[in-house]
Amino acid sequence: MIDIGLGHYLTLGAIIFTVGIVGIFLNRKNIIVILMSIELILLAVNINLVAFSIFLNDLSGQIFTLFILTVAAAEAAIGLAIIVVYYRNSSTIDVEKINSLKG
Amino acid sequence: MEIALLFFPLIASITSGFFGKYIGDKNSEIITSLFVSISAILSLILFYNVIVNHYESNIVIATWINSGTLDVNWSIKVDALSSVMLVVVTLVSSLVHIYSFGYMSHDPHKPRFMAYLSLFTFAMLTLVTSDNFLQLFFGWEGVGLCSYFLIGFWFKKDSANAAAIKAFVVNRIGDFGFALGIFLIFYLFGTLNYSEVFQQIPQIVDKKLLFHGMNIKAIDAICILLFIGAMGKSAQIFLHTWLPDAMEGPTPVSALIHAATMVTAGVFLVVRCSPIFEYSPLTLNIITIVGMTTAFFAATVALVQTDIKKIIAYSTCSQLGYMFFAAGVGAYNVAMFHLFTHAFFKALLFLGSGSVIHSFKNEQNINQMGAVHSKLPYTWILMIIGTLALTGFPFLSGFYSKDAIIEFAYLRGSTTGYYAVGVGILTALLTSIYSWRLIFKTFHGPYNNKKIKIEEIHESPLVMLLPLVVLSTGAVFTGFLFKNLFIGHGEENLFWGESIKFLNPLSTDHPPLWIILITPILVLLSIPVAYYLFVKNKEIPNQFVQLNKPLYNFLVNKWYFDELYNVIFIQSSKKIGLFFWKVVDIKIIDKFGPDGVSLLIKNLSLKASKFQSGFIYQYAFMILLGFSALLTFLILY
Repeated sequence: MIDIGLGHYLTLGAIIFTVGIVGIFLNRKNIIVILMSIELILLAVNINLVAFSIFLNDLSGQIFTLFILTVAAAEAAIGLAIIVVYYRNSSTIDVEKINSLKG
Repeated sequence: MEIALLFFPLIASITSGFFGKYIGDKNSEIITSLFVSISAILSLILFYNVIVNHYESNIVIATWINSGTLDVNWSIKVDALSSVMLVVVTLVSSLVHIYSFGYMSHDPHKPRFMAYLSLFTFAMLTLVTSDNFLQLFFGWEGVGLCSYFLIGFWFKKDSANAAAIKAFVVNRIGDFGFALGIFLIFYLFGTLNYSEVFQQIPQIVDKKLLFHGMNIKAIDAICILLFIGAMGKSAQIFLHTWLPDAMEGPTPVSALIHAATMVTAGVFLVVRCSPIFEYSPLTLNIITIVGMTTAFFAATVALVQTDIKKIIAYSTCSQLGYMFFAAGVGAYNVAMFHLFTHAFFKALLFLGSGSVIHSFKNEQNINQMGAVHSKLPYTWILMIIGTLALTGFPFLSGFYSKDAIIEFAYLRGSTTGYYAVGVGILTALLTSIYSWRLIFKTFHGPYNNKKIKIEEIHESPLVMLLPLVVLSTGAVFTGFLFKNLFIGHGEENLFWGESIKFLNPLSTDHPPLWIILITPILVLLSIPVAYYLFVKNKEIPNQFVQLNKPLYNFLVNKWYFDELYNVIFIQSSKKIGLFFWKVVDIKIIDKFGPDGVSLLIKNLSLKASKFQSGFIYQYAFMILLGFSALLTFLILY
């Protein structure tokens, strides 16, 4: 029987974080996937915060997590809205075709 | 009076040069001519004053440099020597100014031309009236500069520009020697003023200088360096190549600068420094040898030239050689006398040839002329007077001065003296032949010009002939009138006063009769001979040329001096220059310096700009990479 400790939580957080990061730049298809990856990164951070909060017996970590969730929700909403508007304007949300952000 | 004399040409030059556009061509011509003429009149008065009252003065205008022991003034020194030069310079200059009215009548840049002429006159006056070596050098460079301007006056002609640069560069070689001489004088004497230097000369006669392990007598070093300067300015052999090319300039310029005044500055320098040169027999011998070699060399080259101005240019070169060997045998006063008379007849010849060139509409080849003596009667007669004076026809000016040189060389009695006599007599004969060849080819024989009909040839305007008449008067009478004053024996010879120093008084003996008679006889004989050769029976010279082709080519190519210099100096320095330009500069300095750095930055920034692709995921990746790098750095250090 493995005793699940802080290390495991942190490992899980790191894995999710890495998946999120890799998702951002290995993804060649859809900009929504990038949005999802950002959510994953935020969740990985949340896991870390909660884990440390329990480990250190400090509630502020969990309160912080609640804030982050709120901000993430708002961010997801705004991000989706931007994507919708962008789709209306250029009829694509393909990552490969969105490269107007240069001189 | 002296100040007015000196500064009138400068005022005229500034007026004409800077305000010529506003006051018009005619006014600038009148102003410059008038001002220089006033100078000429003033210097004649001064000259009279010097002759009669032994007037001498040294007016200090301003302090120029006062630093440590170096104390140099701007000054006007008038003594016998400078008064002679003043007369020569201002008189010829004013006549040339007036002559230019006619000669430059078709030229669009008259004010500029007159301004240069006046500026030249001013520079020459500062040269001759200086009381120290530095002001002399200032005038020396000033006349060189004006000579450059005037040779290149027709700046649209490539050959004129090339000739101007050549004159400047060749003169620079001489000037470098001259400058070194001045440095050495300052090093040894601690002063540059003539009077103080000349006073101290006897004290350093035995002083030696250690140079590259060699012991050189200081006085020899000074004299040789000064003489190198004189050689450059006076177109002596090895540094003469610029003078014939300088004929690219307008003819009045040739008459003023390259015959009467500037080229005689070297002779003036030697005579002015006679208190130094007298103590250096070695240098005097060198001067004699260089002088007579130049005289002979230039006379042989003049025999075969076909450009009317080049013949006279080589003739000038040859006569300058005479002046130098007069100075070299210690007869400084005779050198000055020849300088004085030469200024008149050589300016006359140049201006006369200018009149011919003007009539032939800028044709300068004597083979394209001929048979115009009835069309240009005044020019013809005046040119003949000039030629007679130059060749030393009895009782004209050249007779007195040139024969005096040969006589004094004989009386000197040394080996170089006798050698100089031989060369001098031979050169006098050659001078006579090439001068008459010029006259006969230009004015006699068949008419050879195909471009201009003989009916169209007309005499030059009065404004051009008048200066010629004045000069011809000088060419006829100066020798006779000033003989006793300049080179007379005994009491009359007080004229030079302190301005010329003779260590040993000149011999007052009379040379043997044959020496006195031989030159005039040869000169008289050469006239019919030249007439026969160049008019009556042209086959003889032509056959002679055919038989002696190598000799002829040797002379036509001016003893191959230009070719030799081309191979030795020009090509090699060109190669060195090309090496430093193409290899050192372009391939090393530029490649690793400015060009290399700019190329590197360009390439780097091209690469850097690739980062800005516009893809969000790449940006995010970069942010992450940067963030982790920063984090790593913060954790590790």
